[in-house]
Amino acid sequence: MSKVAMTVNGKSVSGDAKGNTLLVEFLREDLRLTGTHVGCDTSQCGACVVHVNGKAVKACTMFAAEADGAEVTTIEGMANADGSLNVIQQAFQDHHGLQCGFCTPGMVMSAAALLKENPKPTEAEVRDYLEGNICRCTGYHNIVKAIMAASGQDVGAIAAE
Amino acid sequence: MPKDSGIGAPSKRREDVRFLTGAGNYTDDINVHGQAYVHFLRSDVAHGTINSINTDAAAAMSGVIRIFTGVDFEGVGGLPCGWQVTDRFGEAMQEPGHPVLAQGKVRHVGDPIAAIVADSLEEARNAAEAIELDITELPAVVDMKAALEDGATKVHDDLTSNLCYDWGFVEDNRDAVDDAIKNAAHVTTLELVNQRLVANPMEPRVAVGDYSRANDESTLYTTSQNPHVIRLLMGAFVLGIPEHKLRVVAPDVGGGFGTKIFHYAEEAFCTFAAKACNRPVKWTASRSEAFMSDAHGRDHVTKIELALDVDNNFTALRTETYANMGAYLSTFAPSVPTWLHGTLMAGNYKTPLIYVNVKAVFTNTVPVDAYRGAGRPEATFQLERVVDKAARELGVDPIALRRQNFITEFPYATPVAVEYDTGDYEATMVKLEEIADISGFAARRAESEKHGKLRGFGVNCYIEACGIAPSNLVGQLGARAGLYDAATVRVNATGSISVMVGAHSHGQGHETSFPQVVAEMLGIDEGMIDIVHGDSSKIPFGMGTYGSRSIAVCGSAMVRATEKIIAKAKKIAAHLLEAAEADIELKDGQFSVAGTDKSVAWGDVTLAAYVPHNYPLEDIEPGLEETAFYDPANFTYPAGAYACEVEVDPETGQVTVDRFVAADDFGNIINPMIVSGQVHGGLAQGIGQALLENCAYDENGQLLSASYMDYAMPRADDVPFYEVDHSAQTPCTHNPLGVKGCGEAGAIGSPPTIINAVIDALHSGGYDVTHIDMPASPSRVWAAMNAVK
Repeated sequence: MSKVAMTVNGKSVSGDAKGNTLLVEFLREDLRLTGTHVGCDTSQCGACVVHVNGKAVKACTMFAAEADGAEVTTIEGMANADGSLNVIQQAFQDHHGLQCGFCTPGMVMSAAALLKENPKPTEAEVRDYLEGNICRCTGYHNIVKAIMAASGQDVGAIAAE
Repeated sequence: MPKDSGIGAPSKRREDVRFLTGAGNYTDDINVHGQAYVHFLRSDVAHGTINSINTDAAAAMSGVIRIFTGVDFEGVGGLPCGWQVTDRFGEAMQEPGHPVLAQGKVRHVGDPIAAIVADSLEEARNAAEAIELDITELPAVVDMKAALEDGATKVHDDLTSNLCYDWGFVEDNRDAVDDAIKNAAHVTTLELVNQRLVANPMEPRVAVGDYSRANDESTLYTTSQNPHVIRLLMGAFVLGIPEHKLRVVAPDVGGGFGTKIFHYAEEAFCTFAAKACNRPVKWTASRSEAFMSDAHGRDHVTKIELALDVDNNFTALRTETYANMGAYLSTFAPSVPTWLHGTLMAGNYKTPLIYVNVKAVFTNTVPVDAYRGAGRPEATFQLERVVDKAARELGVDPIALRRQNFITEFPYATPVAVEYDTGDYEATMVKLEEIADISGFAARRAESEKHGKLRGFGVNCYIEACGIAPSNLVGQLGARAGLYDAATVRVNATGSISVMVGAHSHGQGHETSFPQVVAEMLGIDEGMIDIVHGDSSKIPFGMGTYGSRSIAVCGSAMVRATEKIIAKAKKIAAHLLEAAEADIELKDGQFSVAGTDKSVAWGDVTLAAYVPHNYPLEDIEPGLEETAFYDPANFTYPAGAYACEVEVDPETGQVTVDRFVAADDFGNIINPMIVSGQVHGGLAQGIGQALLENCAYDENGQLLSASYMDYAMPRADDVPFYEVDHSAQTPCTHNPLGVKGCGEAGAIGSPPTIINAVIDALHSGGYDVTHIDMPASPSRVWAAMNAVK
């Protein structure tokens, strides 16, 4: 066990973590931030994507100890300061970009990372960026639409209902 | 303009807010104070005799509370099968036992042998490593036809063979179908495989068992599509716990697609062990564990023959299928290749004679059960592939051949025992033709060819039987349960409403769409109505969500209960308004006396019901709460026409889906936004089946695809934007909302559409390929092209 300390969603937190404790376990079990999900054991599904020092990271592929001293943002830290949905979250609701909701936190976190890098992505760029996020419910149609809408593009002209 | 609330409005989903902010409450998010963790030691061989299990060293390890093996479950029931199929000779199917933990033998990779309960998951896993297993590996049966040969190794020693049943339907048609095929002007024959798939909801299965000594009550939190079904099966058949001492909670569930219908060993184990250890016990599947323990789907091997007369009318259809059951019978497994498959073989066509034979086979593989569509995709795939092949052999347009054989008059009794109440297959085909821009195809093909690609156009029609199901009918067919559903509408004193429903939402958006119906009926704001689901201690006994049944069956129960509310509320309003009950009208949340300006608001009536100072207590009880159970009179029959365009790279065999158009008839629609989303998701799963997904075993029964590294899930760049339409609507004639259900259509209609398009593309390049089995991976397409070059 060793002490790890990090800033999560703007708050300083600390706890004891073993050398093999994954960041996702620390977030879910120690901090009880259960919005970050685990959907596979091979770093394929992307349900656990969080931001570490501003970069999208699969929290199942990083030890908690490696995040010592880092700034971490999870889905719980994405809403606007007044608690309302941020522009990406709102676009997901407006465009029905989620069904069961399990992959959704990872999708939103990946979308935020994409739009930071590329504020007006094309359809192909969105699809390519989501290569590491699997959704089984939506067929991706409305996720891609939501992300393009969140970037300010007129998705009514791009894709059918 | 679309409505902005009530039936037909694209209301935004209220459940999204919690899912988008990380506030969902999935089973793995639940921790019960003092809980222990279980790790299952699973078989790594497909078939073997357990000689001994030595747990001494493991039991002494740090944190270990108790280790369970099959011996601990000898006095406990096995996992029950909920459907008994009668074979074509009138005999019951062969039904093997299915112990919670393996007893004497292991029968598939992943079969649980021992369960280690420990203070932490890590300690449980470490202890599993120290268990000494002595297992003699036996030959495995994997191939279904080999499993039925004389002398084949038996999966179950106490059965006569590996044949579960040999089912014929309709048996009386058998000779007439044989004769019609013998005498036909043309017969098209096709042999095909509908490959094994894994449903793969993104949330792996989880179970948390808890036991209260104070009142002898057990609670199971589980990732289920139907908590009451789990309570019934586990309580009555496995653990012997009466319903009132057993609570099953399915909170937010991260997708199901069928595989979370069934009662699983891990659920029974956690409930049992929580009492035995006097500690809550939690199990969370890893994805690899999900691959080897979630019931799989499909896995049919089929030969189909379609007979046509000189005018290209379909005259007879004969199909023979081998259906894999896996090593044990999962909860509803026997019904899938029979009553959910054979009854759909008429499709959209007036073929007068049909005979379906299905041999269900035990093998040393994970059990197979319902996966999105369940039997109906298997029926549609073979029918629509053989129709397409017939069109090509006869040199006729595939749309024209379908159209010529469409059923056009309803109700229509098929030769496979179901009666379609309504439909208009021409209408969806016309919609499809409009949207698909068929006239522009030649130009698009020419453009593809300029880039060295082959472009193909594929079309498909489908019919499905949803709204599962009339209880008396399914009872005759072997179901060991009723298939009604239930709803309780509880109106509170202030007029807000909780609707407790038997259906379960795990992505379908019931929390949004169900209130739309009640709001429409009462003329009040949707926001005043909440849905309660997923907790057997809160909801009436209902059968859950699968088979596109929620709105058609549970929604109907909700309508009936709301009608009772309205009837009682009118009595109260009549009293308050000092008018005759017959003169009371309800509109926009106001009760008024017809032809007058006298009215009382919804809230006045609901308050009077709970504060009955001025109230007809001599005639009616206080309070405003009603329950209805609804048993459907028939299945519902959604139908549609799909088309797609693919590009094939002849250099690599790579198939790209460029366009996909779906024109569906779901009857009336409650929330068109949600309906489109359901179709999108089904299409992606169907495209995944057609091009990517394959659950593969080697000849020794080793599971080769047990992770997302080996099982190709569709990703965002594997699919296009879809074009979906559901404006062609023939309302269901026998349920109060006129709804048919939409959850499975996309997955049923899309696989044959894709394969038909791939074959069309290859023909355009001069490759005379007649069929490619799914998934049409680059290597298979490339091999098929080279085989005919």
